[in-house]
Amino acid sequence: MKELNTTTKNKPTSIDEEKRDFLFITTTGLAIAGGGAFAWSMIDTMNPSKDVLALSTTEVDLSPLEEGQSLTVMWRGKPIFIRHRSESEISSADNVSVEDLPHKESDESRVKNPKWLVVVGVCSHLGCVPLGQKIGDNKGEYGGWFCPCHGSHYDTSGRIRKGPAPLNLEIPPYEFVSDDIIRIG
Amino acid sequence: MDNQENKKVGVTGWIDKRLPVFTFINHNLRDYPTPKNLNYFWNFGSLAGITLVIMIVTGILLAMQYTANTDIAFDSVERIMRDVNNGWLLRYIHMNGASMFFIIVYIHMFRGLYYGSYKYPREILWMLGVVILLLMMATAFMGYVLPWGQMSFWGATVITNLFSAFPVIGDYIVTFLWGGFSVDNPTLSRFFVLHYLLPFAIVGVVALHLVALHQFGSNNPTGVDVKSSGDTIPFHPYYTVKDYFGLGVFLIVYAALVFFAPNFLGHPDNYIPANPLQTPAHIVPEWYFLPFYAILRAVPDKLTGVLLMFAAVLVLFLLPWLDKHKVRSATFRPFYKQFYWLFFINCIVLGWVGAMPAEGVYVLIARIASVYYFSFFLIIMPLLSRFEKVSELLPSSISAAVLSKKFDKDVNESYAK
Amino acid sequence: MKVMQSKLHNFILLVTILFPLSVFSAGPKTELMEQKWPFNGIFGRFDNTALQRGFKVYREVCAACHGIRHVSYRDLKDIGFSSDEIKSIAGEYEITDGPNDEGEMFQREALPSDKFVGPYENDNVARVANNGAYPPDLSLIVKARAGGADYLYSLLNGYKEFPEDYEASDGMYYNTFYPGNQIAMPSPIEDDIVEYDDGTEATHTQIAKDVTAFLAWTAEPELEERKSLGVKTIFFLILITIMLLGVKRKIWKDLD
Repeated sequence: MKELNTTTKNKPTSIDEEKRDFLFITTTGLAIAGGGAFAWSMIDTMNPSKDVLALSTTEVDLSPLEEGQSLTVMWRGKPIFIRHRSESEISSADNVSVEDLPHKESDESRVKNPKWLVVVGVCSHLGCVPLGQKIGDNKGEYGGWFCPCHGSHYDTSGRIRKGPAPLNLEIPPYEFVSDDIIRIG
Repeated sequence: MDNQENKKVGVTGWIDKRLPVFTFINHNLRDYPTPKNLNYFWNFGSLAGITLVIMIVTGILLAMQYTANTDIAFDSVERIMRDVNNGWLLRYIHMNGASMFFIIVYIHMFRGLYYGSYKYPREILWMLGVVILLLMMATAFMGYVLPWGQMSFWGATVITNLFSAFPVIGDYIVTFLWGGFSVDNPTLSRFFVLHYLLPFAIVGVVALHLVALHQFGSNNPTGVDVKSSGDTIPFHPYYTVKDYFGLGVFLIVYAALVFFAPNFLGHPDNYIPANPLQTPAHIVPEWYFLPFYAILRAVPDKLTGVLLMFAAVLVLFLLPWLDKHKVRSATFRPFYKQFYWLFFINCIVLGWVGAMPAEGVYVLIARIASVYYFSFFLIIMPLLSRFEKVSELLPSSISAAVLSKKFDKDVNESYAK
Repeated sequence: MKVMQSKLHNFILLVTILFPLSVFSAGPKTELMEQKWPFNGIFGRFDNTALQRGFKVYREVCAACHGIRHVSYRDLKDIGFSSDEIKSIAGEYEITDGPNDEGEMFQREALPSDKFVGPYENDNVARVANNGAYPPDLSLIVKARAGGADYLYSLLNGYKEFPEDYEASDGMYYNTFYPGNQIAMPSPIEDDIVEYDDGTEATHTQIAKDVTAFLAWTAEPELEERKSLGVKTIFFLILITIMLLGVKRKIWKDLD
């Protein structure tokens, strides 16, 4: 084998070697670029498809919801918690010093209309759905939601107050289409 | 070689000492001594391997989007075509990949048949190849059922019904295959599972195929054994670069089909959702099954037809013992060569007649072609093994053949001048 | 000997090429009215104005009996409709949704994300309404018929009176291009059956052409992307293959 290598490779002159190197490098580079583009186009099939993206808005009619009641709707496969807050719930959320919170957000910045709290019902710890939507649920020590997985307590503004979760419940993008109807997404 | 092994230090060397993967790669893909006179027909083995990888990768990605349920299978394929990012590309690559795979494997086999690659000591190598072909056929057939179009449904019905030809147990087998009393949801579901599973079985057999290949190394166009190290060159860089070039040409053809004629080899009826109440006017299998389909239809008796169709593939297993002529390559077997090309044309005729309606002159052509198909293996090959003389032109070694070819070329060139 | 061999090779080559061609060209026996579609060929593109006219024909004529269930309203964006236009088009259709919190199905306006609502609740209703003949879904019709767009165009132009002494069945119509010639669908279009917004004259052939183009799009909405990506891909592959041939030649040179 060694013999062969020496007998077959002693011929090319140095100019030849140089030329080969240039062609070799550009060809390899081009092949890698093309292969990469192709690989990406194939991997991209796993990203959300057009029909999934098209389903990303939901309209919700809030009118049947009485004060103190909650509603859960699906948006992008996740539960959205909508709570019609009472005056006492609003004031308890408002009368907290923002500086003392683990994730510093004022209640005002988390609502469009203080009567309505709209949050994504997914615990910011590891993705469980907190309790507190149904009558009789454990609402945690702060009267909001309680995540049974690892014991995170959320207040009436959906903010984390106690437990391992690092962040407040996320606010989905939404807007009021009319007084009683919101569009999420 | 010693040099290279000494060079392995650091992490590579540490790993290689404990798990000799690098030595393995070196032996089998770098230094692996390969006959220096291989022509471009020897590209098709590596092309088949690459196509298998393309099929598995696209297949896994498709399986992430496809739903194997008769109610929504068709729609889920349309969703891939319309809504999934590049889904149309993914599906068309997979769909046409099946055709490309068969083209490559058929050329690969015809090459083996021409150059006697199935003869001693490569009998098992050849037989493993036939096993791969059988697995491919099963996989392709079940894959064609998955889109649940009219051809999918009726193709599945017709092919599974073949088994009903067997006396006594036939009907039981068919009911078992269907998991019901017709091709329906259980059938689709199991076909999907098997269509996903079998390619990995193919990968396993391909690995064995390669082990068997590397035991004695590649055959070559002269069919003469490698006699000295002067007959071979290292696989890398010579054959790696040649394979890459061949791959480029192959991909041009493949891409032309995928991008500009993705449904050329398909059938329009498969864009009509499966309807168990209405058979399409003209059922044809995919092109790669047509020669075997022609043999099936050439026989008036159901059971015999089915048996002959299976025999048409299985006879390939016997090839090493049907052709026992000492010379491998048809280049040096003038008589075998004529029959070989006739056989080649015959296969294409079978494929053509398989796509025609089974009536009139087509039946006659199919019968003649079927008779020749089997005669080639069972009569002509054994006879030629006994009576065809060993040609005086047979070179003594690969190097001698290469030299004399060069000599011819030089002589021709000097004449031209 | 040499000459004979090259003749043999030529013959084999010819057979290899011609036989498959004859297999695939074995299409319908009647010559179709072949058109020069803008979406044919390597650089084929859809003509959006024609597609929009075709959509109008579909909506006002075909949609009475035929659905296009694989197409979503949002897909109309591809043929040049704006989001607001799509919304109002979708809003004209009613869709059954549910069950709601009371457990009942309810009607709502279709959204851009919905698939086109078909004319019939299910296949059996469709059959009953059409004398037992099922009006096929049209989203894939161009791909699902041999001859494709040319076949559809021919079919729409192929209605004739029954030839004399033809044994016609009740409620059937004669069409030159339909397999078996007897079709359950009466000629769906006639001059001025729609009024085009862009002022194009709505002749029979114009309508047939536009609706065929529209249905070619519903069958292959990926066509433009496919062809333009294809041209780039093949150009790239040819380039790199030539370069690989150069590398191969250089590496193999030292063997000679």
